[in-house]
Amino acid sequence: MNTVAVIDYGMGNLHSVSKAIEHVAENARVIVTSDPELVRQADRVILPGVGAIRDCMAEIRKQGVDKLVAEVSTDRPFLGICVGMQALMQNSEENGGVDCLGLFSEKVRFFGDPLLENGIKLKVPHMGWNQVKHEKSHPLWAGIEDESRFYFVHSFYVEPKPAAEIMGTALYGKRIAAAVGRDNIFAVQFHPEKSQHVGLQLLKNFVSWNGRV
Amino acid sequence: MGLAKRIIPCLDVDKGRVVKGVQFVDIRDAGDPVEVAKRYDEQGADEITFLDITASHEDRETTVHTVEKMASEVFIPLTVGGGIRKVEDIRTMLNAGADKVSINTAAVFNPDFVRQAADRFGSQCIVVAIDAKRVSLEGEVPRWEIFTHGGRKPTGLDAVEWAVKMMKYGAGEILLTSMDRDGMKNGFDLGVTRAISDAVSIPVIASGGVGNLQHLVDGIKEGRADAVLAASIFHFGQHTIPEVKLFMEKQGIEVR
Repeated sequence: MNTVAVIDYGMGNLHSVSKAIEHVAENARVIVTSDPELVRQADRVILPGVGAIRDCMAEIRKQGVDKLVAEVSTDRPFLGICVGMQALMQNSEENGGVDCLGLFSEKVRFFGDPLLENGIKLKVPHMGWNQVKHEKSHPLWAGIEDESRFYFVHSFYVEPKPAAEIMGTALYGKRIAAAVGRDNIFAVQFHPEKSQHVGLQLLKNFVSWNGRV
Repeated sequence: MGLAKRIIPCLDVDKGRVVKGVQFVDIRDAGDPVEVAKRYDEQGADEITFLDITASHEDRETTVHTVEKMASEVFIPLTVGGGIRKVEDIRTMLNAGADKVSINTAAVFNPDFVRQAADRFGSQCIVVAIDAKRVSLEGEVPRWEIFTHGGRKPTGLDAVEWAVKMMKYGAGEILLTSMDRDGMKNGFDLGVTRAISDAVSIPVIASGGVGNLQHLVDGIKEGRADAVLAASIFHFGQHTIPEVKLFMEKQGIEVR
């Protein structure tokens, strides 16, 4: 049995992630759980997250999810989504500066007010369907055309450097990291569970991924 | 290249059925909400807005089940509005699978509710719906006010100032409906759309009055909306989502 644990630490809409995986992978068993033991037993793990990073990090630390992530992100396919991706970075400018989990050295920055593109003011949050450029080939991009549109909603972004870990970028006033990855870890700023066909394909790829690049 | 403008079909749902907009005299049945949402999803809609117009409390249970079912079968963002008055209502809808909730009248009576909601659940899922009506006369400096109760009750609140206030209180998006135009099929009120879109730094969805494809283009180009919402032009087969997107693309608007 292929078990996918979605870590439930009280932040966000976990229903959508689990329904989307059930939709694409009939052989997968999805559990939404806050029980560390069930997460440890799972074949693959998803760290979701929405809202303010300060609140997410506070819950992550309070519930011991930081130690759990450090443990299960070393040896099995691991996927971070949205603030769940930002939480894996070094730190975030949001809420006056928040230390994150530091699995990646990238920094999380505010889009800036005003955010300009060709002199036109862009809205923040970055909300809607934007194109994702594949910066590197990766098993999770299988069956997904380069520059496909995924659904984003966020006000803070991950700086796309160092380049070695950047798997995909999007353009919104500036280049932002849309996907980062290293070894068995992959994380996306967009919401695959809300990105229709291409998003479902990415989740399908994750469920069959062996964790190797 | 870049972010696409969004096309959002709106489902007005009463007692578990999609109905045509409430302003219409004959409320025609437009089908099962889950089936309708699936059809729009397949056609390439960018989001779905589900507006619960059910009056009675017991029928709201039906709404929660409908949202649950829809969220299990449609994998694009889903906004649920109508009757969102308490933090608990938001939690119920998010747990049922909604991605965003739309707060309307409750924000007018208690602006702090928007602040609490954004603090608790994040701005990304808080849409503030604004029902605006033009109150200035021809020749005067244009001015729009917020109305409640389906456009019947004035509040004295200036629509543009209100939108800015709601943004400061944590709204992540504004759903702007022009009550003068709703159901009239003569196009968005571009004046108020432009005024609010320029005044706030968050996305604005234009709604109310779409009768043809050019109206949608005008909402984006003239009104500077980030997304356009329509109901009846889609429900009864007047236009499909691909037709809308092709029409927009030909006029240089970026679509998915």
